[in-house]
Amino acid sequence: MGKTTIPEAEFTYPGSTGCPGCGANLVMRYLLKGLGERTIVSIPACCWAVMPGYWPSNCLKIPLLYTAFEATGAAISGLRAALDVKGVNDVTVVGFAGDGGTVDIGLQALSGAAERRTDAIYVMYDNEAYMNTGIQRSGSTPWGAWTTTTPVGGSSHGFKHETKKDIMAIMQAHRIPYAATVSPAFPEDFIKKVEKAKSIKGFRFIHALSPCPPGWRTNPSLSVEIARLAVDTRVFPLYEIEDGKVRITRKAKGLPLVEYLKVQGRFQHLTEPEISEMQKGVDDSWIMLLLKESSGT
Amino acid sequence: MRMVMTGNYASAYGAKLARAEVIAAYPITPQTSIVEKLAEFVATGELKAKFVPVESEHSAMAACIAAQTAGARTYTATSSHGLTLMHEVLMWASGARLPIVMTNVSRAMAPPWSVWVDHMDSIAQRDTGWLQFFCQSNQEVLDTTIMAYKVCESAGVMLPAMIIEDAFILSHTSEPVDVPEQQLVDSFLPAYSPDLKIEVGKARGFGSLVKPDQYMEFRYKAMLAMKEAHDRILRVEQEFKHVFGREHGGLLERYRCEDAETVLVTAGSVAATAKDVVDALRANGQRVGLARIRAFRPFPHDEIRSLASKLEGIAVLDRSYTFGAAGAMFTEVKASAYSCQRRPVMKNYIAGLGGRDITPKILERIFEDIQVIAKRGAEDEVEWVDVVGLPRRWH
Repeated sequence: MGKTTIPEAEFTYPGSTGCPGCGANLVMRYLLKGLGERTIVSIPACCWAVMPGYWPSNCLKIPLLYTAFEATGAAISGLRAALDVKGVNDVTVVGFAGDGGTVDIGLQALSGAAERRTDAIYVMYDNEAYMNTGIQRSGSTPWGAWTTTTPVGGSSHGFKHETKKDIMAIMQAHRIPYAATVSPAFPEDFIKKVEKAKSIKGFRFIHALSPCPPGWRTNPSLSVEIARLAVDTRVFPLYEIEDGKVRITRKAKGLPLVEYLKVQGRFQHLTEPEISEMQKGVDDSWIMLLLKESSGT
Repeated sequence: MRMVMTGNYASAYGAKLARAEVIAAYPITPQTSIVEKLAEFVATGELKAKFVPVESEHSAMAACIAAQTAGARTYTATSSHGLTLMHEVLMWASGARLPIVMTNVSRAMAPPWSVWVDHMDSIAQRDTGWLQFFCQSNQEVLDTTIMAYKVCESAGVMLPAMIIEDAFILSHTSEPVDVPEQQLVDSFLPAYSPDLKIEVGKARGFGSLVKPDQYMEFRYKAMLAMKEAHDRILRVEQEFKHVFGREHGGLLERYRCEDAETVLVTAGSVAATAKDVVDALRANGQRVGLARIRAFRPFPHDEIRSLASKLEGIAVLDRSYTFGAAGAMFTEVKASAYSCQRRPVMKNYIAGLGGRDITPKILERIFEDIQVIAKRGAEDEVEWVDVVGLPRRWH
């Protein structure tokens, strides 16, 4: 067995108030391993606004600025401006927000910060719904999923009937220098991308899949396995976009989607035709991604 | 140096002289020329600051909050809908105890659309924990901007301040303004260096979750800070007078109130007109005066109380209305006067909404009215002035 490339230094203390099996715990842990000590992170309303613990405790070993739900893009802009004016240029400024705080309520501030080429890294940990408030659908909830605001049952065979926003495409359209998807099941790929992001100036975006046992109705011991299945079924491909060029960092084997769905309570209501429809969507997206990669866009 | 400038340029020069380090702002009528001027100062290098052209007022305030937390002196400016969009983060700024200074060019709220002056936007922010200064002149706008930084950054205060200038009446009207020397301002206002700021190497959380057994103490301390601000405003203005030779009247400017029987209480640019009216009525032997609310937060309760105890009647002119109650300034004045041994008759006049002119004639009528009802008592506690369709004629 080869030596791991994962840095041994830890920048989180044990004792976050995250749920058992919380993917966002791993996302923060790997992120900070990649970024190191000279990092300031800003967190809006989301699970991670609670997870560091009650004042005056803080399970992070780095400074942390809480901000309003929709304001992450603005907060990191302000932090960077203050550091610039004070001549501090060796600190990485990070925005760390959930999917609701990114693709929904925070999209405007995110877009502004990206357009202004703010020198910061924005990390979206994507648990695919408003989990901190108790599993309500977000713009990042996938088609077919149960949430408390897309309840299953009744005459309409309710579940989420709208597809997930493609935040990576939205960020690519901002022509930022670097964007990447990461999964806590692939920590070496994860940290390599974080280190690359750190080495680049300008606005950088990381999209991290973040399994959520209470929200996805999954066994907490399976979070890493589910994060791996998401990649291997191509629901959540690992790739990066550097200066507009797409590169897939793991050519997933393409396991049947049902392998990913069947371990999650939030998809249990789906019929076979619905799963087939979902599989087609995944296949189409994968082909699009391959085309983007081969065409250099 | 004496220059002729608008209220908006007075704001911009105030922020420049205070050496704001981070300016995050979003344009809105009639605030735009403030940020245009500041962008120009930054572009030419006259002001060494970072200008962050944010995509909304909410982001402007959120960016100022973050920058100020990192130890930079910040400034922004807005108006009406921009200010009300900021509402959430205004509370954040004061809760985080950040001495941000902002100009609000006070403008009516839609619908219907109006770009002209009234105070609804500012009044709607009265509970956000910001100091609020209503200005009467462009000189006062510039001076108050500089003073506000000094008041707010003092260790016992550490709260944000809003400098309020009336839309167009001040924002776009030119007046002679004395622009002090930078050196003099530097001697008056030292660089911002807070005890606590976000910095690498110190793993602090700013704005963490607290339990019910912790929360109230944070608010209690902010309350004490706002109390402290009252005295601090007076002290800083005396220091300002010592250095620059000017003052603007503390929290409550009193004009010819010494032997007055009735007084008009108001705020903003209309006070200048009211002073002329007071002079004219005094020349006719009427014992009237003007009290101008300069600081609406903290509210000058003691000043109002000591004034009210000597009066027969108080007219409060509000340039906004709190629906279901009365004008907010009236409510405050009445509350302050309640503990007087002998209370004057008090009446609220709502006027000048959406930029409607408050003419000397209207002010004369208000003085006339309050002098009459001071003797026989008020029939209506609140009267809307100069509204088409109402029986009383004001012109």
